[in-house]
This record gives sequence, C-alpha cells and structure tokens, in this order.
Amino acid sequence: MSGDFFEMLILRLLDGAVVTLKLLVLAGILGNLAAVGVAVARVSRNPLLRLPAQGFIEVIRGTPLLVQIYLFYYGLGALFAQMPEIRGSFLWPYLRDGFFYAVVALVVSTAAYSGEVLRGAILAVPNGEVEAARALGLSRFHILRFVILPRALRICLPTLGGETILLLKATALTSTITVMDMMGVANFIRSQTFRVYEPLLAAAVIYIIMTFVLTRGFLWLERRLSPDRPAIIKEMRH
Amino acid sequence: MGADTSLWQLLSFGDSGWGDEFLRGAILTIEISLCAYGVGILFGLLGAWAKLTRSRSLRWLGDLYTTTVRAVPELLLIILLYYTGTTELKRLLVAIGFSDNIEINAFAAAVVTLGFVQGAYMTEVFRGAIQAVPDGVIEAARSLALKPRQRFRLIVLPLMIRYALPGMSNLWLVALKDSSLISVVGFSELLFTGKTAAASTKLYFFFYLFTALVYLFLTVCSNIGLRYLNRRVNRGFVRA
Repeated sequence: MSGDFFEMLILRLLDGAVVTLKLLVLAGILGNLAAVGVAVARVSRNPLLRLPAQGFIEVIRGTPLLVQIYLFYYGLGALFAQMPEIRGSFLWPYLRDGFFYAVVALVVSTAAYSGEVLRGAILAVPNGEVEAARALGLSRFHILRFVILPRALRICLPTLGGETILLLKATALTSTITVMDMMGVANFIRSQTFRVYEPLLAAAVIYIIMTFVLTRGFLWLERRLSPDRPAIIKEMRH
Repeated sequence: MGADTSLWQLLSFGDSGWGDEFLRGAILTIEISLCAYGVGILFGLLGAWAKLTRSRSLRWLGDLYTTTVRAVPELLLIILLYYTGTTELKRLLVAIGFSDNIEINAFAAAVVTLGFVQGAYMTEVFRGAIQAVPDGVIEAARSLALKPRQRFRLIVLPLMIRYALPGMSNLWLVALKDSSLISVVGFSELLFTGKTAAASTKLYFFFYLFTALVYLFLTVCSNIGLRYLNRRVNRGFVRA
C-alpha cells in the first residue's frame, strides 16, 4: 500500500520534472537571447533604445514574478478570449494553455534580470580591447559580436549561473497557472492525499539535485571558457 | 470616455470601489515584508554565527540551512512550512496543555515562513560582511580586553554594516516581492486583493496591471530610500 504510494509519487514527480526542465531550457535559452538585446540597448548611446530598455528592466525587476505570471495568463488570456479573430486562429490551442503563458512570463523575466547582469559585464570589458579591435578596423557590429559579447559572457558567467538557479526555482511559480511542473504535481498529490511531507520533501530533494547539477555544469563551463585562468578557477572551486 | 470613468470608480474608496481594499492589502504586504525581513535578519545573524564558529557540527548545520533553502523554490518552502508548521506547532501546543481549539495566527505563520527563507540569503550576506572586517581590528579589540559580545556590538557590527548593506538592500526588495507568494496559501495581502478584485469584476487585465503598479510603486520608493541609506553609511568613504 505504502510502497504503491511511493512508486506513484516518484513516477508522477519525474513527469513533473520533465516539464520543469522544459520550462528551464526554453526560458533559459530564449530569455538569455532576449537579454543580449536588452543589454545592448541598455548601454546604447541612443536614448530611443536606452530608455525603453531601462524602463523594461526597472518594471520587470520591480514587480513580483507571480503578478507578471497572473497578468499574462489571466489578464492577456481573458483579453485574447474576447477577440474572435484570435479565438479562431490556429494559435488559439497554444494561447489557451498555461504552459505558453508560463514560458512567456519566464522569458520576459529572464530577459530583464540577465539583461541587467549582462549590462554590467559589457561595461566591465576592458576599454583597451575595444580600442584594439577598432584599430584593427573591425566594424561596430563585429566589435560587438567578436570582442565585447564573448568577453562580457565570460565575465558574467558565474552570475548567470546563479541566475539560472533562480530561474529553476522560478519555474515552480507556473504551477499556480495550472502547469503541471514538479511543484504542480507535488502540490496536487498533497491536496489529493492529505500527505504534506512526502510529496513536497521528495520534490525538494529533486530540486536540490537539479541545483547541484546546474552548479557543477556552470563550473565546468567556466573552466572550459577560461583556459587562460586555471588558477582562478581552481580558487573558485573551494 | 464612459469606460474610463467607470474604471476610475473601481479604484475609489468605499463600497463601490476597490481602493480601500488595495490600500489595506498594500499595508499588509508592507507589514509582512518588514516583519519577515526582521525575522530574516535574526536567522541570518544566527546562521552567520553558526557558519563562522569553530564547532564543526554548527558549521555543518549552517551549511545545510543555506544550501537547502537556497536550492528549493520559495513557493515549495512556503507551502511546506505553512501547512506543516501550523499543524506541528498546534500539536506541540496541545501536547503541552493548551486546549485544541487554538488557531495559529496566519500572519505569524506567513512571517516566520518568509523570514526563514530570507534568513538563508541573509546568512550569506552577513558571513561575507563579517569576514570583510579586517582581522587587525578584531585583534585590537581583543587586546583591549573587550568581551566577545562587546566586540561584536561595538566593533564588528558597525564595521560590517557598510559591507552588508548592498546585499541587505537587495534582500529587502526580494522580501517585498516574495511576500506575494503568501497569497497562494490564501493570506489576503496585496496580490490576494488583486486576485479577488479581478475575479469578482472579471477585469483580470486591469486589476493585475494595477496590482503590478502598486508593487512597482513600493519598490521604487524603497529604491530611493535604500540609495539614501547606502550613501549615508558610506559617507567618509565615497570619492568624487
């Protein structure tokens, strides 16, 4: 009896873990790509790019992610449902699904938080390297693409690792809009069986394992991307 | 035009509007965040102390606290602590002789839960700040024969504040935003008010947007205050 419960619990939680990882990978990739655009706009000298980026970062980082998720899912969802042209379109099956809004909210949030991190890193790129690239006759786009961004990425990689763990934890919030991620599954089993400890603690353990793997993965990546600084990396492993 | 005026009416005070409900929700959010922040500082000081002692088991306990709490989603911890914490505490109180119709205050449960999560992050902030205080200063205090408690209160605390404040400022904003998670367990703070208003008027977009604006107002005001505070503790250190 009890063995059946635990078998069911683990299987269901693993189903949820797949959804959690899907959210993490989708939002991590799309969000960080968008963050590059946000960061470049944020450091631009053109106020038409800089000010909207600054406002975007300020608004997203100044409001709880849960409110943003509700705003997208319930707010936009209700508005879309009133528009016949959207209801009738081929996109409607996606626009009705909580998963879609979860990804959108997480992407927007990641774009703002990582964008701010990347902005700091772009400003930390040594000026001499940019000047050297300019002296070699690289175009402004090439300087950005081949000098500034790769350098900035390496500078902020440890911080981005931390942001990714925050993103993993943020995916749990999507369970409030019917997404059956690991948190959603755990909470569902809790409410169905009135067992509080088992589902939530088991989910917590899986989250801890995921965090551990992510931390290790980012350390490995840092080492891979910084072959010139073995001493620093060794130091950081402690 | 007509739609505009009716939307403003929805935010008015009194029976017809949601203005007073939102104000009450915002005040509760500030109260929860402030109390949770205070509890977090207590947990953080305890945690930093545990991590920096010579006792190996205390250090292990401190490490366990920060690594697990920081690796698990806040929502999960809140649901876990909120449901188990209240029933376990009730069982404990009944066991030591209270009658079993006592109710655990929802506000206190929310505050302790959020504070416990805050404390893990606060521990790391304090640990770093305490370690940033130069050894020589502490040795000097020791050679002046200050007792450990005096050493902490008179020497370490005033010096570490300057290092801890940026991290603490950040955590205040986190506390303010994380307090919204309490709405999931049905506590009627700001987001819960927004939820109720949205559901009963069916104006989801409008009320969630308004809720977001109230949070934004709170964080922007906090930012202004924190910037002033950071400048103030760094006076004498700031260079032109």
